[in-house]
Amino acid sequence: MTLFGHRPPLFAKIGLAIVAINLLVAIFGPWLAPYDQSQSVGDTWAPSSAHMWLGADQIGRDMLTRLIYGARMTIGIAAATTALSFLIGITLGFTAAVVGKWVDVVLSRVIDIMLSIPQLIFALIILGVFGSSIPVLIITIAVLDSTRVFRLARALGVNLAVLEFVEAARLRGEGLWWVIRREILPNAAAPLISEFGLRFCFNFLFVAALSFLGIGVQPPYADWGGMVRDNAPAINFGLWAPLYPALAIATLTVGVNLLVDWLLSIDARPSGAQAEM
Amino acid sequence: MPRLIATRAVLGVLTLLAVSAVIFICTQILPGDVASAVLGQQATPESLQVFRQELGLDKPAYIRYFSWLFGVLHGDFGVALTNQRTIIEELRPRFLNTLFLASYAAVLAVPLGVGLGILSALREGKLSDRVSNIVTLIAISVPEFFVGYILIILLAIDWPWFPSLATVFEGMGLGERLYVATLPALTLVLVVTAHMLRMTRSSVLSIMSTPYVEMAFLKGLTRTRVIARHALPNAAGPIISVVALDLAYLVVGVVVVENVFVYPGVGQYMVDAVAKRDVPVVQACGLVFAAVFVGLNTIADILSIIVNPRLRHPR
Repeated sequence: MTLFGHRPPLFAKIGLAIVAINLLVAIFGPWLAPYDQSQSVGDTWAPSSAHMWLGADQIGRDMLTRLIYGARMTIGIAAATTALSFLIGITLGFTAAVVGKWVDVVLSRVIDIMLSIPQLIFALIILGVFGSSIPVLIITIAVLDSTRVFRLARALGVNLAVLEFVEAARLRGEGLWWVIRREILPNAAAPLISEFGLRFCFNFLFVAALSFLGIGVQPPYADWGGMVRDNAPAINFGLWAPLYPALAIATLTVGVNLLVDWLLSIDARPSGAQAEM
Repeated sequence: MPRLIATRAVLGVLTLLAVSAVIFICTQILPGDVASAVLGQQATPESLQVFRQELGLDKPAYIRYFSWLFGVLHGDFGVALTNQRTIIEELRPRFLNTLFLASYAAVLAVPLGVGLGILSALREGKLSDRVSNIVTLIAISVPEFFVGYILIILLAIDWPWFPSLATVFEGMGLGERLYVATLPALTLVLVVTAHMLRMTRSSVLSIMSTPYVEMAFLKGLTRTRVIARHALPNAAGPIISVVALDLAYLVVGVVVVENVFVYPGVGQYMVDAVAKRDVPVVQACGLVFAAVFVGLNTIADILSIIVNPRLRHPR
């Protein structure tokens, strides 16, 4: 099997399989789930059995069903957030790089200040003021995350903006948007794609953490972080209930990381970019 | 060098000032204002008016910002909206608890992470290095609460050595406090050590590929000596930044871990306040976390100026 013209090693294949399975489950969830997500089918924390493979949750809903619906919600939010974050980050980053001068200075300083507040704390402040709902959650995380994308996009853009073909395009009289879209973006695509994987992982964990804290996705929607929180009391009885959704979160992030690790090793990225988390 | 340090310190203070302004602005961009958010839909215009005056919302934003900042500098964070208690009284013991937990974790994690990171760089490509690469990748990929619950299952339920709830209270002895906070501290140690190990390893390795290290090898020095005498002094700066970054990360990781183990720290206080939308408390906790974060970064930068041999002698 080859991917992007390379044969993936074992770990990358494992990562690819994990990501593919999770995506399929997220997309086709309602057709795969044995029960309805809000249907109570057993006792509280009923043990796993033939008709409930992973047992029941804190109010007797089927754990597997909740996990499948949760995949949709958690992965969906993380994907939407990352896409929005890249849209904002790349647009601003390339604009800063191509226009330069005061636009670059102002944007960079504002981003520096935003980066000096820990992301989780910043998100808590905003959610504390606005209250939590899914649109607020997506926009908040996307805006905060776009600061990291901005940094990378600007760094890539600055190196590209001084090259001859960009100069030529400008002298032809092409507009800013055209230069960004046709000259800068295609040449910066490779590092941005692996960054997309890393940012997705980060946002995914971020959404899960916020939901775990009770200020992310609100009930009745199933989502993995919230499921960990709701089932947490079971841990004191030695039950595994909160570990299933936690394991789902862990598996997917490890999978994406394995895949991204390999992608990074095939296209040599500017050094140091990986260190930032 | 003193000038460089002074510049960096001033920059740190300016950053902190900017951060406080950002936090203040965040609480002002709400459609409507805090008063209408707190009182909700049933509020009459009169009660809104009274409440606004009580909160000082009738004054312009910049005046409120400076009076808030002035209060904060004197240790006055205002009053919590939900229970009308003074915030500083609640914040102080919790802050000390959080500091205790974070230092407990840091004392274990920093030597472990840096030591293993250097060891890993020494043994680059060997089996132990490859194993540690995979193990640490997994450790930094999984959420903190997952690590926490695994530890509870193993060390509090299957082998009941430690309590699963980290209840600390005032007047508790140091020994008991350490014992009770073991599981949350261990959770932080595992996550932070893994991250520190990876970053230390990569910063030592990036120095190992420089010409002067190659020169040292070509002189016939042993690998240990090259690393100890040639690579490490130059890696000190990056390693200090790694440690600072991870301590800052620890400060944030504490928020989740405190909630897993129901540990009475600032993180739990803040999350509670967010859930109740108690804006002054959220502001206060946010500022405390941000100040610690900015402070650590500033100290790290100053330390790496100090240890940088190139800046030691004035030109």
